[in-house]
Amino acid sequence: MARRLVALAVLLVFLLLPTAAQAVAEGRTTAAGTPVAAEPTDEPSPTESESAAPTVPDGPYLSVRLLDEGEPVPGVTISATDADGGELGSAETADNGIAIIEIPGSGTYTVELDEETLPDGIALDDETGNTREVRAPLNGPNIVVYNIGTQAADTAGFGFQLSAALVSGLKFGLITALAALGLSLIFGTTGLTNFSHGELITFGGLMTWVFNVSFGLPVIVAGLLAMVFAAGFGWVQERGLWRPLRKRGTGLIAMMIVSIGFALFLRYLFQYFFGPQTKSLSQYTTQQRQTYGPIAIADKEIVIILVGIVVIAVTCIALMKTRLGKAMRAVSDNPPLAASSGMRVDGVVAAAWILGTALSGLAGALLAVNSQVNFLMGFKLLLLVFAAVTLGGLGTIWGALLGSMVIGFMVEVGPLFGVPSSIKEVGALVVLILVLLIRPQGILGRRQRVG
Amino acid sequence: MDLFEILRAALSQALGPQAIVLALAAIGLNVHFGYTGLLNFGQAGFMSVAAYGLAVPIVIMDLPFVAGLVMALLMPVVLAVVLGFPTLRLRADYLAIATIATAEILRLVFGSVEMRDIFGGSNGLTGYARPFQDLNPYGSGIDLGIFALSRNDLWAATVGWILVALCSLLVWALMRSPWGRVLRSIREDEQAVRSLGKNVFAYKMQALVLGGVFGGLAGLFLALRQASVVPSDYGTNITFFAYTALLIGGAARVLGPVVGAIIFWFLLSGLGALFSQATSGANPLIPEVIMSNQQASLVRFILVGLALMLLMIFRPQGIFGDRREIAIDGR
Repeated sequence: MARRLVALAVLLVFLLLPTAAQAVAEGRTTAAGTPVAAEPTDEPSPTESESAAPTVPDGPYLSVRLLDEGEPVPGVTISATDADGGELGSAETADNGIAIIEIPGSGTYTVELDEETLPDGIALDDETGNTREVRAPLNGPNIVVYNIGTQAADTAGFGFQLSAALVSGLKFGLITALAALGLSLIFGTTGLTNFSHGELITFGGLMTWVFNVSFGLPVIVAGLLAMVFAAGFGWVQERGLWRPLRKRGTGLIAMMIVSIGFALFLRYLFQYFFGPQTKSLSQYTTQQRQTYGPIAIADKEIVIILVGIVVIAVTCIALMKTRLGKAMRAVSDNPPLAASSGMRVDGVVAAAWILGTALSGLAGALLAVNSQVNFLMGFKLLLLVFAAVTLGGLGTIWGALLGSMVIGFMVEVGPLFGVPSSIKEVGALVVLILVLLIRPQGILGRRQRVG
Repeated sequence: MDLFEILRAALSQALGPQAIVLALAAIGLNVHFGYTGLLNFGQAGFMSVAAYGLAVPIVIMDLPFVAGLVMALLMPVVLAVVLGFPTLRLRADYLAIATIATAEILRLVFGSVEMRDIFGGSNGLTGYARPFQDLNPYGSGIDLGIFALSRNDLWAATVGWILVALCSLLVWALMRSPWGRVLRSIREDEQAVRSLGKNVFAYKMQALVLGGVFGGLAGLFLALRQASVVPSDYGTNITFFAYTALLIGGAARVLGPVVGAIIFWFLLSGLGALFSQATSGANPLIPEVIMSNQQASLVRFILVGLALMLLMIFRPQGIFGDRREIAIDGR
């Protein structure tokens, strides 16, 4: 039974001058002009044996470090070419995962990883190519960190691949559904197409990381706190920004553009405080999938799926049964009528914001547990959430759910049926446009004028 | 703190090729959003098809330079027609989502590993701009102290500003014609225009094509100037920056996007230089604890977001615009 583990490789590429090598060895990070991740690296120690530590040349060189889940990957051939395509040579990663290639000087280089030489059971993730472009200025150590996801090469049969893809699809669909429910609630009650919704997801992920890594709390507690903070953030946003805008009669299109400005503002603010790196939580980062009959699933994936199902079920039942849920549906149906029936529309809208951002924050927290934390994690999901919501029908709860599951399965199962996996999200976006063409109100949406 | 350096950086960018790219993209958005009320969030898509329309025929298919130029002008038209048919009947927010999704689809496809043989993957395509560079009549760059452009940038800026002037002239002429008046009326009240017997869909399509071609010129110009086409240049940010520039200058005004783009880049690179100086050196003005040199490069983008919000809230008409002329109240 071939295991299908999703592993992570960190590839460090940096250019060092002999004088600058000292600075890095001391773990000092030097700021470069571009937003690069600077992390202290274990320099190959001279005491180690020759095979374990390649010798550092006198001139400038590229140092490529290949890590799989933090474990160095030896014996992989890395080659570099210059901007004109001229071969500069290749090197094999040593026991510490480092390969060193000498380069003539500053410039842009392309580093290529020979996939043939990867150890058995590890293959490059399709999302990232095996080549990277590296800019190497000579004015100091320039450390570029980037991730190459690797996963176990699949030698298993189609059935097993399908079940694995279905598990991923279910998980991804549920996370999308949480975010889509949040978006749908807010859209339903306020009519706002919120382009800053991706940043609300990111907020949940970042807060989970902050509570988990900075404050040292367990991941589960951190995730719950992140959800609470996201809810608070939603309330503050509603009171401080969106309600005043509604009160002064700002149009919906104007609000949509405001939400774009808000999204840019938040995204760069996140990067300001969190940095451009992708970071891991302290627990549950690596879990291998275990097989249960035909299904291979990691423990954390089971938890993510269960949490998703339970939270979505509770939310839906609450929206159907409770007074507040009824009020929300009334407001989304016809705000003036709801107001004239004696409802506190502002209170209902505030509740929708709190609930919506809490759900999105939870989606971010689950995403953080599932993979890693990055300031762009929510933005990358935003268009898929839009696709899900539009597919199901803007503003409807069941539509958001159905659309998310369709999108989740499409994205994850699509590659099995010939969708190029580096662009597996494209299929979902194409569906979005097709739905708008054929049935603009979505699968479950009410027929109304959308044109 | 060297104010002269900051001013020099700001001016050189505001009058250099970067501002031209943004101005051309914003002129296109002005036709879409300012005059017709179409909320196109996919201007980056029009830019990318033009840039790849230039590069692919020359680099991959070995066709002459002129063929690339023709393709670069043709592709935005094709995209506008293909995109317009399903989406132009949609409400503004749906149109926004559909166009941004299209732009992202294009960017992902252009950058995909599977199509690296055609589009060059994430590294993009290079090696097509030689004929453009060979036309450069200047012997050297320009350095007036407070304003400097390299030889290549000076040539690009000359071509670019002529292009901007021609586009602005065209927009000015079109918008005072009966055709332009129909576009404005569509923005104000689509039903009224329909009841007058005008084919609203056809007018919207023509506006989408025209603005798309302006966006395409922005992509073409960017591709020629930096001599490489990289998919990451055509993310959603460029569209939103163009919107910010348009809203600074004022939508539905001929010179609004041009002035907006100049001001946008003046402030963006001025602030960039300011914070970079304030955080560099042995004893920086702003302590390292509050803001590192890396963080300094982000402050200007945080401010862009803030500026877009505040503009839309407090002065949606920008510098020159007329508040009644902005299509932001309907849906």
